[in-house]
Amino acid sequence: MIDGLLKDLEIVREDFPILKRRLAGDLPLVYLDSANTSQKPQVVIDAMVDHLERHNANVARAMHQLGAESSAAFEEARDKVAAFIGAPEREGVVFTKNASEAINLVARVLPLGPGDNVVSTEMEHHSNIVPWQLACERSGAEFRWLGLTDDGQLDLSGVDKVIDEHTRIVAFTWVSNMLGTVNPVAELTRKAHDAGALVLIDASQAAPQLPIDLESMSPDCRPDFLAFTGHKVTGPTGIGVLWGRRDLLDELPPFLGGGEMIEVVTMAGTTYARSPHRFEAGTPPIVEAVGLGAAVDYLGQLGMNAVHAHEQAITGYLLDGLATLPGVKVLGPLDAKLRGGAVAFEVDGVHPHDVAQLLDSRGIAVRAGHHCAKPAHARFDVQASTRASSYLYTTPAEIDALIEGIAYTQKYFKVV
Amino acid sequence: MSVESRNLDADLDSMYQEIILDHYRNPMHSGLREPFEAEVHHVNPTCGDEVTMRVHLSEDHSTIEDVSYDALGCSISQAGSSVMSELVIGKSVDEAMAVHQAFLELMQGKGKVVPDEDVLEDGVAFAGVAKFPARVKCALLGWMAMKDAVSAVLASESAHVSEVATEGEDR
Repeated sequence: MIDGLLKDLEIVREDFPILKRRLAGDLPLVYLDSANTSQKPQVVIDAMVDHLERHNANVARAMHQLGAESSAAFEEARDKVAAFIGAPEREGVVFTKNASEAINLVARVLPLGPGDNVVSTEMEHHSNIVPWQLACERSGAEFRWLGLTDDGQLDLSGVDKVIDEHTRIVAFTWVSNMLGTVNPVAELTRKAHDAGALVLIDASQAAPQLPIDLESMSPDCRPDFLAFTGHKVTGPTGIGVLWGRRDLLDELPPFLGGGEMIEVVTMAGTTYARSPHRFEAGTPPIVEAVGLGAAVDYLGQLGMNAVHAHEQAITGYLLDGLATLPGVKVLGPLDAKLRGGAVAFEVDGVHPHDVAQLLDSRGIAVRAGHHCAKPAHARFDVQASTRASSYLYTTPAEIDALIEGIAYTQKYFKVV
Repeated sequence: MSVESRNLDADLDSMYQEIILDHYRNPMHSGLREPFEAEVHHVNPTCGDEVTMRVHLSEDHSTIEDVSYDALGCSISQAGSSVMSELVIGKSVDEAMAVHQAFLELMQGKGKVVPDEDVLEDGVAFAGVAKFPARVKCALLGWMAMKDAVSAVLASESAHVSEVATEGEDR
């Protein structure tokens, strides 16, 4: 028995209808691609169906009963998300399309100019690199980044040179989607704040796994923006979250213009609503918000500390299993306590696509490629990798199936 | 093991033919060589496979004298470049493009096209890949790069011709 697994794991698995799916050849699904997207519990599916069946109407514009119900459900979802991340104010929670849009929003509206610089890191997902490169190209600001150490940590040795008094924002990930590294959010945030810079955290991989409580962080260590996506926290696609400090959000210019984000519109000019509606132009993803609300509620009921403990236990078991295979090299930290649940690895002599293809023929779903983190792969001189990522519903038996599957793959390609 | 699962393994074996794995382990004509008239770099952005492809045509641009490449990627994409170079080196540009077309049709045939071994030679081994839509792009990477490089040489030729023509008019 492995310590730390979720209590009643088999019962929890019953919450996820897709886990009963049989694949070609009547093989059971072994889903190890949760860092890509998580599976959805019945309660999320039901909440969305119920909303569409019984409460559907546009929000904030309809003066009828359904409109009131729909608006209440949408705003209730905001409350649930605020509680999930311990947001100091619910008005700091802006609904976006996904985490990419949340980061792009900030990169679009943050005033930047020549002489300013923006700092990111080499371990970011492309969505926390490209929006900043675009912002720098538009504004003439300089794009800088923190490199990585050989063991897959942020290289903070030159941090005081990279982050200086001209740094406007430091944007970095809490948990790497490729290396699994958990970054020192509080420490780096304090450094950035000391230099007068803002901080944006990409919490796409952290929000599903780690308890987040912004309120309890001391203000100098608390990021100014935090972005994550709904579909990785057991919610639907099509909805993401940007949390921002309310005073900042109210100061920044709007992102998209349209309905809902205004105060008064005349042909001569327009004044804008305060956050969050300031950044929610047009009809928002209403049923997706309802689904996300149900998802974070579900995680709250399981308890994020328990989810985190489960993730660490399964990740440790996975790392132990991979260590038994000759010719398999894990990228990133080898200690489960220091990392998230996405484990990328190389299999000597077999390309990741071929690994993934062989595993798929046994019903095991993993990701192969660069995982939208090409610079991080380049840093370790790896062209592509295979990534297995667990979640709260992953069982040790599924990890066993993966390890056997990799051994089978090595035999198939005659590399062992 | 059910019948269906046996079929799945059979599909897998039909994709990973010994010929393909041989080309993967011992790629033909790999490594970048001189001389060449065009070099292109193609990537498959969804998975990160890359190939740098050079072509060397005969002086009258009618024949493919050499194809050389540096490829990073899975067994299917690497074997694709190897088989392609083996097939087109020494052929006339027209013949090579006809083989390219036959291979493209095989790949886009969803596993239902019966390949002509006289035309495609080792390329027929890729028939099984066509049953895996996600891998078709892997198989085509080197072929597309070769076609692009040849087109680049031919385009520079016509550009050169039109340049000469323009000069003639100026005078």
